[in-house]
Amino acid sequence: MKGGLTPDQVHKIARLANLILTSEEVEKFAPQLSAILEFVSKLQKIPTKDVIPTSQVNGLENVYREDEIDKSRMLTQEDALANAPATHNGFFKVKAVFGE
Amino acid sequence: MDIFALTIEQALEGYRAKKFTAVDVVKTCLENVRKYNKEYNVLLTVRDEDELIKEAKSVDYSKPLAGIPVVLKDLFSTNLLRTTGGAKIIDTYVPRYDATVVRKLKESGAIIIGKANEDAWGHGSSGENSDFGPTRNAYNKNHVAGGSSSGSGVAVALGMCLFGTGTDTGGSIRMPAAYNNLVGLKPTYGRVSRYGILAMASSLDTIGHVTKTVGDNALVLSITAGKDPLDATTDTQPVARASFKRSDLKGLKIGVSPEYLAIGKQATPGMDEKLEAVTETALKELEKLGATIVTVNLPNTQPALATYYVLVPSEISSNLGRYDGVRFGHTRETFGGEAKRRMMIGTYALSSGYYDAYYKTGQKVRTLVRTDFTKAFESVDAIFAPVSPYPAPKIGDFSQDPLAVYLSDIYTVPINLAGVAALGLPAGFIGDLPVGIQLIGPQWSEERLYEIGFAYEQETQWYKRKPNIEGSHPSEAHGYI
Amino acid sequence: MDTFKPIIGLEVHVELATASKMFCGCPADHFGKEPNTQTCPVCLGLPGALPVPNKKAVEWTIMLGLALGCTVNEESKFDRKHYFYPDLPKGYQISQYDQPLCIDGKLGDIRIQRVHLEEDTGKLQHAVGVSLVDFNRSGVPLVEVVTEPDFRSIEEVDVYVKKLQQIIRYLGISGADMEKGTMRIEPSISLSTDGKIPNYRVELKNVNSFRFVRKALEYEIARQQREGHIQQTRGWSEDKNATVVQREKEEAHDYRYFPEPDIPPMRWSGRQISDIRSQIGELPDEKKERFMKKYGLSDYDATQLTETRQRAEFFEEVAKEGTPKAIANILINKKVTTKEELMKFLQNAPSISADELQETVERILKENPKAIEDYRNGKEQALMFLVGQALRQLKGKGDAQGISAIIRRLIV
Repeated sequence: MKGGLTPDQVHKIARLANLILTSEEVEKFAPQLSAILEFVSKLQKIPTKDVIPTSQVNGLENVYREDEIDKSRMLTQEDALANAPATHNGFFKVKAVFGE
Repeated sequence: MDIFALTIEQALEGYRAKKFTAVDVVKTCLENVRKYNKEYNVLLTVRDEDELIKEAKSVDYSKPLAGIPVVLKDLFSTNLLRTTGGAKIIDTYVPRYDATVVRKLKESGAIIIGKANEDAWGHGSSGENSDFGPTRNAYNKNHVAGGSSSGSGVAVALGMCLFGTGTDTGGSIRMPAAYNNLVGLKPTYGRVSRYGILAMASSLDTIGHVTKTVGDNALVLSITAGKDPLDATTDTQPVARASFKRSDLKGLKIGVSPEYLAIGKQATPGMDEKLEAVTETALKELEKLGATIVTVNLPNTQPALATYYVLVPSEISSNLGRYDGVRFGHTRETFGGEAKRRMMIGTYALSSGYYDAYYKTGQKVRTLVRTDFTKAFESVDAIFAPVSPYPAPKIGDFSQDPLAVYLSDIYTVPINLAGVAALGLPAGFIGDLPVGIQLIGPQWSEERLYEIGFAYEQETQWYKRKPNIEGSHPSEAHGYI
Repeated sequence: MDTFKPIIGLEVHVELATASKMFCGCPADHFGKEPNTQTCPVCLGLPGALPVPNKKAVEWTIMLGLALGCTVNEESKFDRKHYFYPDLPKGYQISQYDQPLCIDGKLGDIRIQRVHLEEDTGKLQHAVGVSLVDFNRSGVPLVEVVTEPDFRSIEEVDVYVKKLQQIIRYLGISGADMEKGTMRIEPSISLSTDGKIPNYRVELKNVNSFRFVRKALEYEIARQQREGHIQQTRGWSEDKNATVVQREKEEAHDYRYFPEPDIPPMRWSGRQISDIRSQIGELPDEKKERFMKKYGLSDYDATQLTETRQRAEFFEEVAKEGTPKAIANILINKKVTTKEELMKFLQNAPSISADELQETVERILKENPKAIEDYRNGKEQALMFLVGQALRQLKGKGDAQGISAIIRRLIV
């Protein structure tokens, strides 16, 4: 990460992360994120050409559940909605979204 | 009964001998909560006192943890008990289900006193990143508690419970254990179910606990560990309880990695020389007990830290996507600064055009780090290392420089990348501040680590040194904002 | 105007008819249920919940892939696909990216690029100023079948979609019903003047019936000639009878895939794959060929009878009740679906000659003089007895009304 992130880049990453930042936050984060990215960029100097990437560490494979209904974990409508800031007739209510 | 000295094993013995009851122990814990919670900022939610006493009165003493008070890190989902993850964005969230570990603890008779403060989401190693303010160190309240499982550690040290649960993604159990003179287990990845525990970085998160002694620690693991059909990454490996018969370490080989120690110093120029002396003494004690000390190489320790700070934020950016204020909690601007920083780093590392350079390279270096450990364990039974490069810093010392805090994780994060087990043990003091060491073992080696830890603990008995609480540390002015 | 050819590719989503959802034990059948009554911590995306994959859904996806001539990836895995929308509870969908369960198949002349497994989202309803979310559908297993851009006409799309639907129904893994939303089609279309694949394409969303797929494609062919070739996402608007451009965020397609850390990878042995293959049974085309050979049916009849597996099985069950050709005719022309109905048609059928009938009735009358006398004395049951005797002799081939008319004529 040479030269650091511009405010525009910080905004763009924030949008992708579903975050809206204030201009104060952008000002604070830009140098911090740049420093962290510069630090982690060291990785790219390590020779890893033929190395297999690790996604999981304990070597398990083929872990499934049987196709059975598990009522014990199901929530009532009331419990499902219990923590929602806004509901309507059994639905979660959100601000109107455009498009579909 | 001195709650500051009382272990789980002693409490169970006390119940059996009818010296005292669960009601006595719970009441004493609640008294300490009343005395210290406000000042040390340990518990975010405390259960109703009457309810707790009632529960203590009706304890079934045939159960393995009957009447043993516990505090849970606030990442553990608890049915009908507020669960915040240390984050304001869900400060009103009341789960409608129990994490598997919570269910197991309840079924084994443990009594949940409350939910412990922590770095929000587990993001941090000092305990200062909690959206509810930092937890203070039990041994010196001007210093950090260690994190992220900060409240869980301090609650045990301050007699609010007999053990605390935690999560360890990069040192979050071992840090507060080291800073508060406790035994902390970072189990093998997949040993304990993650179901119901708020995820930080799913491929590194492990679920452990802090206790006063090694014996207590092994007892709790025997309850929490095992295959869970609700967590596809748990393993069927059997969990035996350590027998603790050996009083020496004859025939065991313990590895020390010069890179590991050197890199710690390099990464953190302030590495305390006194701490170095403490850890050297600890190593000599292990040798005195009969262990052979062998040099091992862990050449990828330096890249491990950079890898950690690519892979972990990537998984964080994914795992925190669900906090959108639709089904629970508030909208996303409510996230704290550290969570936002990590989500941004992770989003960047996974985004189109940067994935190969950051995320994929990180995964490859993770392979190299794992291989280091696999090779090392071909010649030794365990590896010895410090936990932190220095004893607990003062609150506020690092608050303006997130990268400096990241660097202090150098001794803990490679273990999580490799998915192996580590046991943090009390190893002495610098002034009034505790110092911890860790024994790292291969996957599924918890029993072996407990055996070594037990022999070391019997020899050193550091756990007996209690925090000197009553008025000995007048609050100093400090830089915490 | 240039001559042009439409270049069309399809993504088809199919909800599997498993009992439970993809990663949790909630019921997968969400149709017509009260909102948010079929959820649990997993499919509601609650903090801490973890997915465990449904084995049957994985096997069924492989089965479909095999039925479409795909190669099964011995090593496969789930990945997280990230985007933000209120009906996606976790901020990511568990899907498959670079190692789908099945690749490289073919249906007719259309190449199939991949068949992969993912989870469905919740459902959004739009009202004035607000949207309402129901998570009953969240986490239902969803198979995606992606073709290469191999279609050159709308007719080819039509044939492919109907064939795919037929195979899915034959396998019994989904109702594949577009009206119910258990089968959804997303075409992408561009126009080529030289037969080569153009460097743009228009993705079409919200086309939820066969009719709309047709109309949307027809509309696009005309529109793209008129307005030119621009990469876009458009949705079908029933009100406007047109496709309309959909607003998309600039970063909408940066899905930040990475391997799902909560689910261990999948590995399928050759034996497991052949076990699944053996469960497929006869597919429509093979069945049709066999019907033509075994029963001597025409292409048309065999096609009709093998339209659904149920119909084909019914035909085979009743084929021995008469000549296969005659049975086929009744099944096709009279739309007969039960054996009782069939028997009725067979009884009414003039399948014996008038002479034969006459002969039989005369013989019965000769053998039963007592009954004739009874009838003449006004006993109506005696006539029924004689008709019954005749029917028994005719082994059900005659019809009761016709026989009783002959008897009355002969004995009055």
